[in-house]
Amino acid sequence: MTPTVDRTKRPLPRPTPETQHFWDGTRNGQLLIQRCDACGDAYFPPRPFCPACSSQDVSVEQVSGRGTLYSYLINHTRHPGIASPYAIAVVELDVGVRMMSNIVNCEQTPEALVIDMPVEVVFEAFSDEITLAFFQPSTADVETAVQS
Amino acid sequence: MSGPTLAVVGAAETTQMGVITDTSELQLHADAAFNALADAGLTIKDIDGFATAGERPTDVAHYLGLEPRWVDGTSVGGCSFMIHVRHAAAAIAAGLCTTVLITHAESGKSRVGKAPQAFTSALSGQFERPFGVTGPPTMFGLPVLRHMQDTGLTHEQMANVAVVQREWAGMNPRATFRDPITVEDVLSSRMIAYPFHLLECCLVTDGGGALIVTSADRAKDFPTTPVYVLGHGESVETPMVSQMKNFSSSQAFRIAGADAFASAEITHADVDHLMVYDAFAHLPLYGLEDLGFCGRGEAGDFVWERNTAPGGSLPMNTNGGGLSYMHSGMYGMYAMQESVRQMRGTAPAQIDGAEVSVSLGVGGMFGASGCVVFSNVAP
Repeated sequence: MTPTVDRTKRPLPRPTPETQHFWDGTRNGQLLIQRCDACGDAYFPPRPFCPACSSQDVSVEQVSGRGTLYSYLINHTRHPGIASPYAIAVVELDVGVRMMSNIVNCEQTPEALVIDMPVEVVFEAFSDEITLAFFQPSTADVETAVQS
Repeated sequence: MSGPTLAVVGAAETTQMGVITDTSELQLHADAAFNALADAGLTIKDIDGFATAGERPTDVAHYLGLEPRWVDGTSVGGCSFMIHVRHAAAAIAAGLCTTVLITHAESGKSRVGKAPQAFTSALSGQFERPFGVTGPPTMFGLPVLRHMQDTGLTHEQMANVAVVQREWAGMNPRATFRDPITVEDVLSSRMIAYPFHLLECCLVTDGGGALIVTSADRAKDFPTTPVYVLGHGESVETPMVSQMKNFSSSQAFRIAGADAFASAEITHADVDHLMVYDAFAHLPLYGLEDLGFCGRGEAGDFVWERNTAPGGSLPMNTNGGGLSYMHSGMYGMYAMQESVRQMRGTAPAQIDGAEVSVSLGVGGMFGASGCVVFSNVAP
């Protein structure tokens, strides 16, 4: 009795000139975040100036895609393009910014979705232009401080 | 500010509320407007300022036959009408107009002649909608698990908000749901979006309301008990709930609330009655904390200890709220209607001797806020 879910019914983003670099990044398997060269803050979503200090001196950097599950809810109502129930999550990346996403390769239950658990980015293509950044439970055995 | 300048001299809701299949959204505006005009003993020709949200002010003004010389179409969600009161106070004080009509109506359930609504912005379309948000139930509750983790708020405490408000609704003949419920009833009701069960989500109904405001020095010329506007505040934060800065606190609540209390020159001890917009059961908890009635993480206990319940020290959402009374989509107007009834002494669940009432509204998903302080004591 599971209602039909059509993957193509997932609403896809329509990039703007100011966000195109982010979607070019996900298409290439990279998570690109902007950072202000004046005050040092990383920020999201994209725009060509820093929301903290208004500086237009900003850079785009590739980040690790590691973060933690900051908050979520689990939608039990029907969505035409996503099988319910599914978690709508906010991930806090290790660079400090938060973004909405889905948690994949994981049971969509409160028991499996533990607040603050480590997650890592995975990419899934939905069209030639659009690849979405999802997150899955971290596959690293332990969090190791990299000092190379 | 040199003291309060504004008074509510007309206030009314639509004749019917609930499921209204034979009336368009525009006509619901007109029904609420004419009820408020009758309440104030005025005609449409006496109105020279107009504000509304949802529908464009042009549409409603033309439909009503208004010829306004001041217009406000601020539309930032369900708190827009609180913000209209604040803007009307400034406009009247500046001499731009004398008598302002503020209308809300929504064919929220029956959707008869409903204005098209876009709940997504350009950025949320890119960075939220692809992940399966479909409207308020899949957006508004997003911060709550974080809030629970950080403050210890429990599922039972959130469910209890709906239980207490149902007690108030039981005293209100116009409330949609009036039968008592328990925490267990709430927690065993259908899951909508974990951790929110059906009974922690607002109703979806049809209806409307209207206010008429004018300068405080004219208030005694009207047939109604004057309700003075002592202070007000407003703010906006974000169109994307995922980007709110603090998942345990609304920045817009804090700014609007603090400005309202400061401009009204009141303290928490002065407040006899409180309305906090409750589209979902967590909102009154955020409101109590962000207005400063409770410390961070203490609102769940505060409601559990029956401070906001009948007989408590801070009666809150005494019409039953969006959870039990009615919710057509932009609830802020109904919160203010109940504040006005309490200040007039005409509420179904009247708080004896109440002199100061605060209405706090939210817009979008923690996206905006407006706050108004009302009193029946002449400044």
